[in-house]
Amino acid sequence: MSILKKSMLALTASTMLAGTAFADGHSNLEGTLRIISDMSNPAPRAAMEGLAADFDEMHPNLTVELEIVDREAWKSQIRNALSANPPDVINWYAANRMRPYVDAGLFMDISDMYANGDLPGLEAVQGAMTLDGAQWGVPYTYYQWGIYYREDIFNELGLEEPETFEQEIANCQVIVDSGRACYAIGSKFLWTAGGWFDYLNMRTNGFDFHMELATGQASWMDDRVRETFANWRTLIDMGAFIEDHQTYSWQEALPFVVNGEATAYLIGNFAVPHLREAGLTDDQIDFYQFPMIADVPMGEDAPTDTFHIASGAQNVDAARAFLQYVTSAEVQTEINGPDALGQLPVNANSSVADDEFLQQGFEMLSQNASGGIAQFFDRDFPAEMASAGMEGLQEFMVFPDNLDDILERLEATRERVYE
Amino acid sequence: MTDVTAPAVATPRSQRPKGWYKRNEIAVTPWLFLIPGILFFSVYVIIPIFQSFYVSLFEWNGLGDIAEQGEFVGMQNYAELVGDRNFEISLWNNLKWLLLYLLAIPAGLFIALFLNQTVVGIRLYKSLFFFPFVISQVVVGLVFSWFYLPNVGLLNVILQFFGFESVNFLGDPDVATYAIIAAGLWPQTAYAMILYLTGLNAVDPEQIEAARLDGAKGHKMLWYVILPQLRPATFIAFVVTIIGALRSFDLISIMTNGGPFGSTRVLSFYMFEKALSEYGFRMGYGSAIAVVLFLIMLVFIGYFLYSMWRDEREARH
Repeated sequence: MSILKKSMLALTASTMLAGTAFADGHSNLEGTLRIISDMSNPAPRAAMEGLAADFDEMHPNLTVELEIVDREAWKSQIRNALSANPPDVINWYAANRMRPYVDAGLFMDISDMYANGDLPGLEAVQGAMTLDGAQWGVPYTYYQWGIYYREDIFNELGLEEPETFEQEIANCQVIVDSGRACYAIGSKFLWTAGGWFDYLNMRTNGFDFHMELATGQASWMDDRVRETFANWRTLIDMGAFIEDHQTYSWQEALPFVVNGEATAYLIGNFAVPHLREAGLTDDQIDFYQFPMIADVPMGEDAPTDTFHIASGAQNVDAARAFLQYVTSAEVQTEINGPDALGQLPVNANSSVADDEFLQQGFEMLSQNASGGIAQFFDRDFPAEMASAGMEGLQEFMVFPDNLDDILERLEATRERVYE
Repeated sequence: MTDVTAPAVATPRSQRPKGWYKRNEIAVTPWLFLIPGILFFSVYVIIPIFQSFYVSLFEWNGLGDIAEQGEFVGMQNYAELVGDRNFEISLWNNLKWLLLYLLAIPAGLFIALFLNQTVVGIRLYKSLFFFPFVISQVVVGLVFSWFYLPNVGLLNVILQFFGFESVNFLGDPDVATYAIIAAGLWPQTAYAMILYLTGLNAVDPEQIEAARLDGAKGHKMLWYVILPQLRPATFIAFVVTIIGALRSFDLISIMTNGGPFGSTRVLSFYMFEKALSEYGFRMGYGSAIAVVLFLIMLVFIGYFLYSMWRDEREARH
């Protein structure tokens, strides 16, 4: 009798706790938690599988079903996954990339979790998860962008990390004269060109103007935009970029850096493991912040990857508990560690891995990004504007003379997209 | 039946009214066999065609219900197509594909004639020539994109050996589409070849003998005696090549992803990009492109169906 009574009590308690979505409700979670993740690269995959297994172990009555989808494929599969028989938790990206799913009501509003303190330590990153005044998910990792360069070649040529654009150009001239290209880039899939535009525009016109452009308030025909492209053109005309970049993916452009045919690469921190695997040591690669152009506060790109609860989720309590678990300080330190994702933790109470690049990136983002933190070209601009925009940027890099035509096209797209 | 004493109510078996199915057996049975085919064909082909028409009248991002989330815009998507430069580029590229892809037919015929002889190991040679058609289009695309790589690709190594400059075949907007079509011709030629090889087996040796006696030789023999007998093979080769050209998608997706800056898109790829890709949320616009592509295909399919029907009617008379 008493055993039955006890379990009845436990059951009532669990439903009550679940109702308030409290972290202490953990061990009472029941049923199945279905997660679809896009962490398909080897290291992230191991991290995600570890997360799911640990969470499953913590909750004896809960079964965690994890499905890992190819990261590129997920970008178009997500809409089908969310429409029919949606899972409980899914991976996606922050900022405007959430827009279509938020507008269609496919992501669950979890503003209450931020409001009632269920997610301690996430205050600083809350902004990237906010659309229409509500929060739609949690971040789990982010990474800096910047210029990764061949330290050994810089030393050989007697160059220092530049701080201004003039120094950058002077350095580049030396590099070009030595028979190398300054920057590797692979623009076949377009977005790498978006990174260059983000930085040149944020440095030339400031973070706020960049965001005005992203939200459609500023025009592509604005003279300030032309100034950005003029700066870009200076680099293109001096032969700073590798040739034929429109044919390569970003990975296919890496060998140029590895072989020393190009000395630097404006890219996200995710390129570092690839450079190391290719045989470069940490003495050969280093990192610097994109140099200052105009006297405006520095804005930075730091794309954030996220978890969301589908609004059709069956096991909302478990899903909420999982989001808390993923973003907790401890787990954040662990999954962003050098053996796992090798990126920056989102929780303010976590510690950043002891890694040259992560430490530099963290310092840059926390101390020298007073302009603001952007997500990335294709996450800040609405999908359609981003796709037309990046295509124009790639065309500009190959045929800079087409600029007028490109800007007119982008302006026409802007007028339609933001109407 | 012979039992006279049986009660009058028992009608003889042969005169008993037959079941409905028994009475209509001849008319109904073919339809019964056709039902699964008709069912799947309508669910997966016919109904979606009409759905495409319907969706193309809306501005809808493909998420949620079209009745709630979609906005009815009438023919506006089509009006926008008219002024869309990317659509125009795609349309022209489709035309290039259609015309140049047809080169697979004479090329296939040439190889088939060349291989149509009895030499030791001819079966092996035939299967080697047929090989490109067996491997997947994705692999063909990958192989060719390496082949075309600037500076280090095989083609450019050869060009440089003869003192030419390296050409970025897939990175030059004026050349890229032709480079992809050339890659597509490789498996398509093999396909045309196999069609002609089977056709050549059916060529009547007596007619050739007769033509020889009359002094026909070389290309006259080919043009007036062999080719007319290969007409069925040529027809099928035309059908599969034209449909293949209009469906071209995999090679473009693998080799250039529509780029550089959209110069190698064709209608099917543009439709995918607008409606279903990473940044594509315009189901209505994509459907409008699909409808245009469908209408273009309809011209050819209509022609093919007509000529098949005509041939059948002639055969009956």
